[in-house]
Amino acid sequence: MTKLSYAKALNRALADELARDPAVCVFGEDVGAGLSGLTPGLQARFGAHRVVDTPLSEQAFTSMALGAALAGLRPVVEFQIPSLLFLVFEQIANQAHKTSLMTGGQSAAPVTYVVPGSGSRDGWAGQHSDHPYSLFAHVGVKTLLPATPADAYGLLVSAIRDPDPVVLFAPAGALGVREDVTTELVPVPIGSARIHRPGEDVTVVAAGHLVYDALAVAEELASEISVEVLDPRTVYPFDWAALSASIARTGRLVVVDDSNRMCGLGAEVIAAVVERGTPLRTAPRRVTRPDGAVLPFALGLDRALQPSREQLRQAVRAAM
Amino acid sequence: MSAPTASPGPAELYRGMRLIRVFEETALCLVKSGEIVGGIHPYIGQEAVAVGVCAALRADDQLTSTHRGHGHVLAKGADPGRMLAELAGRENGLNRGRGGSMHAADLSLGVLGANGIVGAGAPIAAGAAWAAVRQGLDRVVATFFGDGALNQGVLLESLNLAALWRLPVLFVCENNGYATTLPVEAGVAGSVLGRAAAFGIPAEAVDGMDVEAVRTATERAVARARSGAGPSFLECRTYRFEGHHTMERRVRVNYRTAEEVESWRRRDPLERCDPGAGQRAAIDREIDQLMAEAVEFALSGAHPDPAGALDHLYADGLRPRAGVLT
Ligand SMILES: Cc1ncc(C[n+]2csc(CCOP(=O)(O)OP(=O)(O)O)c2C)c(N)n1
Ligand SMILES: [Mg+2]
Repeated sequence: MTKLSYAKALNRALADELARDPAVCVFGEDVGAGLSGLTPGLQARFGAHRVVDTPLSEQAFTSMALGAALAGLRPVVEFQIPSLLFLVFEQIANQAHKTSLMTGGQSAAPVTYVVPGSGSRDGWAGQHSDHPYSLFAHVGVKTLLPATPADAYGLLVSAIRDPDPVVLFAPAGALGVREDVTTELVPVPIGSARIHRPGEDVTVVAAGHLVYDALAVAEELASEISVEVLDPRTVYPFDWAALSASIARTGRLVVVDDSNRMCGLGAEVIAAVVERGTPLRTAPRRVTRPDGAVLPFALGLDRALQPSREQLRQAVRAAM
Repeated sequence: MSAPTASPGPAELYRGMRLIRVFEETALCLVKSGEIVGGIHPYIGQEAVAVGVCAALRADDQLTSTHRGHGHVLAKGADPGRMLAELAGRENGLNRGRGGSMHAADLSLGVLGANGIVGAGAPIAAGAAWAAVRQGLDRVVATFFGDGALNQGVLLESLNLAALWRLPVLFVCENNGYATTLPVEAGVAGSVLGRAAAFGIPAEAVDGMDVEAVRTATERAVARARSGAGPSFLECRTYRFEGHHTMERRVRVNYRTAEEVESWRRRDPLERCDPGAGQRAAIDREIDQLMAEAVEFALSGAHPDPAGALDHLYADGLRPRAGVLT
């Protein structure tokens, strides 16, 4: 039995795929030095022609990855900070994502984009603290948000093998998590949720680092409320069947979501459940960032705009 | 048109650099002690660039800065106490604790803002310069950026627009040899000056460890811009003595040799600047006193009230919905 850290799990998944498939290659800044934790040791092992240190030309190397994918390779692109996804939104949402349809199915675009450290990191302020998974789900790019080391491993492997563009967000708040890995690490199918804790009274949907907050709140409330914690693992495509099955058991729904309130994952989950007419015993609740949140620098302000355990506790109580 | 200010002498240039140096050393201590959360990108080693450039600017000139921006903000005249308070996330900081190290701004001094995104300041500077021309002002806008920014499309687009429309922009490239761990030779094809030359922008390389050289070169560029002749480009060859970011103290990296760092330290811009007989010790004492007061001011500032976390999000006071039903 070994303790596997989240960052190490991503690193191992990438190493295994580089070893398994010569078409896999990596583009990113400081990937040789492995500064972001995804790539340590990989350039030494696989060569600078497969693990490529790029200049600060994100728009170019993001679409170079698409070009290489059209030529049969399976590039993985690393971004040091989440807001670089805003810079390359054109290259992902408007180029890679549209390739398959616009070519009438002639070409797929198997590119994986990884952000090792998305969301708030203490003291990184407004331009480094976004967590834009809802944005990518909105445009329809396959969007992964693993919470645990084993899921990080399994989802990164699946992303690299997937024929479409996939964005994987590794939340900064989960990077330090370590897990006892007792079974073999295996691919995790894209679009499949996971129940971290079964419960009878209320379903809490939580993804990424918020899974740990949901589990903590579930534990605290255990004597009064039986909370089921459902982790979609994949934001898009979402595992609606798993959610329906959970709500059929509990009849209550709370979503905790590190997106802005307006048009975020929480909004979609609630809308989809209500729209299907799934019977709920109480009004659904969500805990999110505020509308249009820009995270202020001072730590107390930053924290005030992120979903908190206290807010989740209150939302769960309110849903009872 | 505001009157030209008298060109600062060697004592003032030294004083400006000494302030940045001690400010940064103080900030490093506060990072260590936890008063500054999130770390900083230290400017130590590059002081001659910020001070030399800003010495040639007028009070009403403007600048945009970078992630490594403390030096630029201080050289343009920001109060070190309020700057330090910003780094410590206090209500009495330049940005009321909302911006932090990478977003320090003082609009009253023409500091349009540091920036967390590499290359992002250049088009903002070009826009400010374009507006100044339209408004009939003879203001110049300087934009600082690193060698890493030379490979951002937006920087090249900005060079083109500034040249095309003869904007009074001063492009200041601080070539410190590395973009994080990437050596400039591994990042920049062709040459740094060739980038500017391709757009017909006059460009010169300057010893960025020599404050007088930077000031003199900037004066030429500023005169050109003010006369309506358009942008200029300076490549200031410099070096950062510290790691890319304070985080680098915790991770193993070996992209530079100890000998290389040492050879640049021997060219320390503060030691190469002669403030005049008997001046150095007096200025050092004065700066120590100033920084002691700055620390006192910064750390006595209030932590912002979490209830105000959404203050200033919209200029019209629009209050967005909270993250939970209340
Ligand atoms: C567009 C963009 N890409 C990447 C980053 C992450 N990053 C921050 S600073 C930096 C290196 C910048 O190098 P350079 O422009 O030479 O400035 P220096 O740090 O040397 O002062 C990188 C890669 C960023 N902030 N913005
Ligand atoms: Mg540099």
